[in-house]
Amino acid sequence: MNNSNPSFLKRISLAFGTFFSTLSNPGYAARVQDLRQQDDGLTPAPSPATATPTTTARPAVPLKEASADAALQLLALFQREARLIDFTQENLSSYSDAEIGGAARLVHEGCAKVLREHFTLVPVRPEAEGSRITLNEGFDARAVRLTGQVVGQAPFQGNLSHRGWRATETRLPKLTESHDATVLVQAEVEL
Amino acid sequence: MSPRHLDNPQPTPRFSIGIDLGTTHCALAYVDIAASDGEKTSYGVLDIPQLTAPGSVEDLPLLPSFLYLPHASELAPDDLTLPWISEQDFAVGELARTRGASTPIRLVSSAKSWLCHPGVDRRAAILPNDAPPEVARISPLEASTRYLAHLRQAWNNAHPETPFDEQDVTVTIPASFDPAARELTAEAARAAGYTSLTLLEEPQAALYNWIQTSEGRWRKEVTPGDIILVIDVGGGTSDFSLIAVLEREGNLELHRVAVGDHILLGGDNMDLMLAHVVARKLAAEGKQLDPWQMRALTHACRNAKESLLTDSELEAQAIVVPSRGSKLIGGSIRTELLQTEVRSALLEGFFPEVDASTRPASRTRGGLTQIGLPYAQDAGVTRHLAALLGRQAGATAELEGFAGKVDAEASFLHPTAVLFNGGVFKSGILTERTLDTLNGWLAAEQAAPARMLAGADMDLAVARGAAYYGYVRRGQGVRIRGGTVRAYYVAVESSMPAIPGFEPPVQALCLAPFGMEEGTEADLATQEFGLVVGEPVHLRFFGSSVRRQDQLGTLLDFWQPDELQELGEIQVNLPAEGRQAGEVVQVKLRAIATETGTLELTAVAVQGGERWKVAFDVRGNSNSNS
Repeated sequence: MNNSNPSFLKRISLAFGTFFSTLSNPGYAARVQDLRQQDDGLTPAPSPATATPTTTARPAVPLKEASADAALQLLALFQREARLIDFTQENLSSYSDAEIGGAARLVHEGCAKVLREHFTLVPVRPEAEGSRITLNEGFDARAVRLTGQVVGQAPFQGNLSHRGWRATETRLPKLTESHDATVLVQAEVEL
Repeated sequence: MSPRHLDNPQPTPRFSIGIDLGTTHCALAYVDIAASDGEKTSYGVLDIPQLTAPGSVEDLPLLPSFLYLPHASELAPDDLTLPWISEQDFAVGELARTRGASTPIRLVSSAKSWLCHPGVDRRAAILPNDAPPEVARISPLEASTRYLAHLRQAWNNAHPETPFDEQDVTVTIPASFDPAARELTAEAARAAGYTSLTLLEEPQAALYNWIQTSEGRWRKEVTPGDIILVIDVGGGTSDFSLIAVLEREGNLELHRVAVGDHILLGGDNMDLMLAHVVARKLAAEGKQLDPWQMRALTHACRNAKESLLTDSELEAQAIVVPSRGSKLIGGSIRTELLQTEVRSALLEGFFPEVDASTRPASRTRGGLTQIGLPYAQDAGVTRHLAALLGRQAGATAELEGFAGKVDAEASFLHPTAVLFNGGVFKSGILTERTLDTLNGWLAAEQAAPARMLAGADMDLAVARGAAYYGYVRRGQGVRIRGGTVRAYYVAVESSMPAIPGFEPPVQALCLAPFGMEEGTEADLATQEFGLVVGEPVHLRFFGSSVRRQDQLGTLLDFWQPDELQELGEIQVNLPAEGRQAGEVVQVKLRAIATETGTLELTAVAVQGGERWKVAFDVRGNSNSNS
């Protein structure tokens, strides 16, 4: 690593790149996991699939495979509207923050458009961040994550540090049978 | 022969469908007739499935009015598949717009403006205008037909249980469309398979939408004596209408009293102008843009303009022209658009604060004009507005209840209320400037300021209003009356002796008076025309938007140059069947204002009563005697 303290904008780019590489490349994901565990000084955390209490032995539920087509389609939309792949594949070391900022504006605007047009996003919790909320027994643990002093019984009292996001609607384009989703953006040849 | 069979919709349509066939976008809205009661209507907008990328279909509320003619090897076999068709060799909508941006030689755009361009043959395959010979061109009529067919199929796809053909359908047109353009629009709709059709003027549709959304409160917001000015500036055209409010037997009535000229000037011209402002700045820094970057810049300017025009506190908005290659950061050009630049370009360029007596400048065209669209020569929307109001100063003079209210000294017609429509007026700054300019004119003549009628959705008002009109036509709610917007004349040769070196003087014979209501006929009894069998007869054809007093058969010896506009020739062609070539048949002319909203001219034989259609769109139209 030649730059031990990357700037904020470089970190944005790094975060996006890491996100997509982690999704698409299992080997990369394993390395990221190791790195995170080193940083946190933790023992390997159990993966969500094995996180269920193992007091009673239950047969393993087969995990469902996420559809690659939908992921590729979304990636293509991010590229088309926001040039996200171009942005994350570019080496930032030779550019100034101002130059990167110009491009980030375009990426931000495009990503926002994709999110706006293809998803309906609402906060999981309607309360303002920082306000004190109560979680009654039977709250949806898939939608609310408890952090900090997680002890005792519901109802839980705590500060809302992030409102969360939920996609209430997803509107992805319909594809023809022969559509090749792996082509995220076509090569362009001007005649 | 007559399109009148179209005028009787199926007994009980479930929906009234309104279609906005725009220069840059189309939209489809509907009213559920069964679920509506009086002024409370149940309505919606259809999301239109369209290709947004090869092989990818999305439902969007607007259908961009663009058509792309791809090269045979440009796309994979079923890249153009739609939910209702798998084999099609063209694309309409979003894909057409984006593809066409990088390959303009295969893109058909502004078909509507071509459809009302009297200088070209609108049935001939002339679009794309600058396509190389290899591209199979299509006619403006065909392009419009394809947009309308797409909307019909989109409806059928979403509502298989209530097919399009069984619904009541209204298609909108600019108020300024001449009889030929109206007829061509109706023809395109018939070719697209529309069986029940009514045409409605767009500014009227906007006002219907305002009435609809008020749910009855409109009766409190206008009073008898009001003159409502509708200003509709869309992507490609500017359209004005004046609608008077009067009271008859205790009920409020709306009368459309005048419409503006056809002006090819809209939001797209404004975006292009800003792009040139920015490109000049970049050129000064030594950065030249290629055509691809110029289009990207126009797009970026449109977004920046919208931010700057909605927030007047904002001083500048960054503009980034992305690189074409995959190096995004390295290749992009970055600059900014300033609030001051937007204001000077748009406010001073398109909405200048001028006097009421100003008129648009018109340059005489050079001898060799390229065949292209007749864009407005003066970009000042407010100047065009001043011209309309000045010309129509006496428009309400003879209207019931207006006799004492109109100031005889007024140099222009005084509107009392304004309804804005079209994407351009999403900007509060532009509506404010237009209203302030108008109120400045009114103040100069000691008239009360006009108020703004608020509450319309600028993008969808026309489609919604058209759907609502189909509903009120069935007897629910108020209708705007008006009839034909012009009086029409044919030229007849004067019996004065010819003077060598001068064209024989012509007289204008009124064959359809101003304000003919839908469903009425006018038989011109005073003049017979001798038609030679087998030889087309051409007649010069005129329209006037100000001569309200002329009756059927009025013969004008002279007129002011701006009173009558020549509308292109009309033609009658008698088929030779059953007659001898060269035989002369005496005919009279009959004008019919159809329920559909078109003007129909027929030649009726004095003996025998046979009828032949008179064609408006003469060029290249060899088979007009249907």
